[in-house]
Amino acid sequence: MAKITYIEHNGTNHTIDVQNGLTVMEGAVQNNIPGIDADCGGSMACATCHVYVKEDWFDKINKKNEGEDDMLDQAYEPKKNSRLSCQIIVSDDLDGLVVDMPEKQT
Amino acid sequence: MIKTDALIIGAGPTGLFTAHQLKLIGLDCEIVDNLDKIGGQCIELYPDKPIYDIPAVPECTGEELTNNLINQLKPFDIKFHLSERVDQVKKDGDKWIVKTNKGTSFTTPNVIIAGGVGSFEPRKFSVEGHEKFENKSILYSIKDKNIFKGKTVSIFGGGDSALDWAVELSNNCNVNLIHRRDEFRGAQATVDKVHELTKSKKINLFTKFQLKKLNGSNEIESIDIEDDGKKTLNLKTDYVLGFFGLIMQLGPIANWGLNIDRKTVEVDTEKFETNQKGIYAVGDICNYPGKLKLILSGFHEGALAARACFKLARPNEKYRFEFTTSSKAIKNRLGVKSD
Repeated sequence: MAKITYIEHNGTNHTIDVQNGLTVMEGAVQNNIPGIDADCGGSMACATCHVYVKEDWFDKINKKNEGEDDMLDQAYEPKKNSRLSCQIIVSDDLDGLVVDMPEKQT
Repeated sequence: MIKTDALIIGAGPTGLFTAHQLKLIGLDCEIVDNLDKIGGQCIELYPDKPIYDIPAVPECTGEELTNNLINQLKPFDIKFHLSERVDQVKKDGDKWIVKTNKGTSFTTPNVIIAGGVGSFEPRKFSVEGHEKFENKSILYSIKDKNIFKGKTVSIFGGGDSALDWAVELSNNCNVNLIHRRDEFRGAQATVDKVHELTKSKKINLFTKFQLKKLNGSNEIESIDIEDDGKKTLNLKTDYVLGFFGLIMQLGPIANWGLNIDRKTVEVDTEKFETNQKGIYAVGDICNYPGKLKLILSGFHEGALAARACFKLARPNEKYRFEFTTSSKAIKNRLGVKSD
């Protein structure tokens, strides 16, 4: 279990407990947190679960998968700390993770 | 005005199999899709990715699945309207009038929405003021490459479209190629070609840069691009091309008076009918308790929606359930010999 904070583009904070084994994307979708669309359902085939991972967390989480950067090329306003939240698997180590959401996904 | 028993919106796997089911029970149908090819997400998002959960098919790619579904439709004559998006669905007595963005119109008692997550549209730039230049000096696809002759063209993106056009246009234009990182996802041969052309100064390559600002009043005069370290460059340019892939937009479906919740359309599980009589939704776009976004679920939903269409298309006939193994009528429709 990890406490994860999702920050909407307008600044609204949502801190929730996400079970280990789920993805950061699933944590948001299952808890009705706005800002993550996840159109493809987590198959890394779209770029609509795009988040910005806070700098101090970026190096701590699992590395990008092959192909993830290719999808991020197609995301809305990708930055250096962009990730697809469907590719970040939650574990105890992620307790306290903070992700910012882009202005929109599509 | 085209008359048909059922109009299917979306040529993905669910739309294709729904067409098969309609034709088997003796109804005609036509299919509209915004993409320029058949296959929907299977062909656009994951043509090469293997799928492992199609019943009786241990493994196949998105492209193979699409080709098999097209083959299964071979006995039938089905008209596809590709590169067309349905914009309007209006009630006309007990029929629906459907119009596309290319001006094609249909009259039909049954509209089946098999639209996945919506229609594929190019992802656009997000910088301020991009709208006023779009379709003039900002383009997301190329219809006539001759307009660029002798001009400066700034191409954004790192996939095959961006690279192919950079190579092609470098023949007779001044090409800037700008990408947000220094790896490309295009075919290796094209990537090599781009690096070769960069060395010979035919292409000006800017990696780790993104578009920051558009300058110009009616037409674009120059653009500012910015790198990770906030370094800014100003590039004179006549055209800006963006190739960031396609995104899915629900689009006009939202305006047809349907119950929509989070980009999906509510249906019943008997007919897969929406809150509007004669409009059905099947596949990823429909929603009901227990809905699974699996291709096999789309097949089931399409089969039931097709039977529901029969009642509205042939109000004076009774639908009789038949198996393909034994029905003479079905075998006739399939063009195979009966025993």
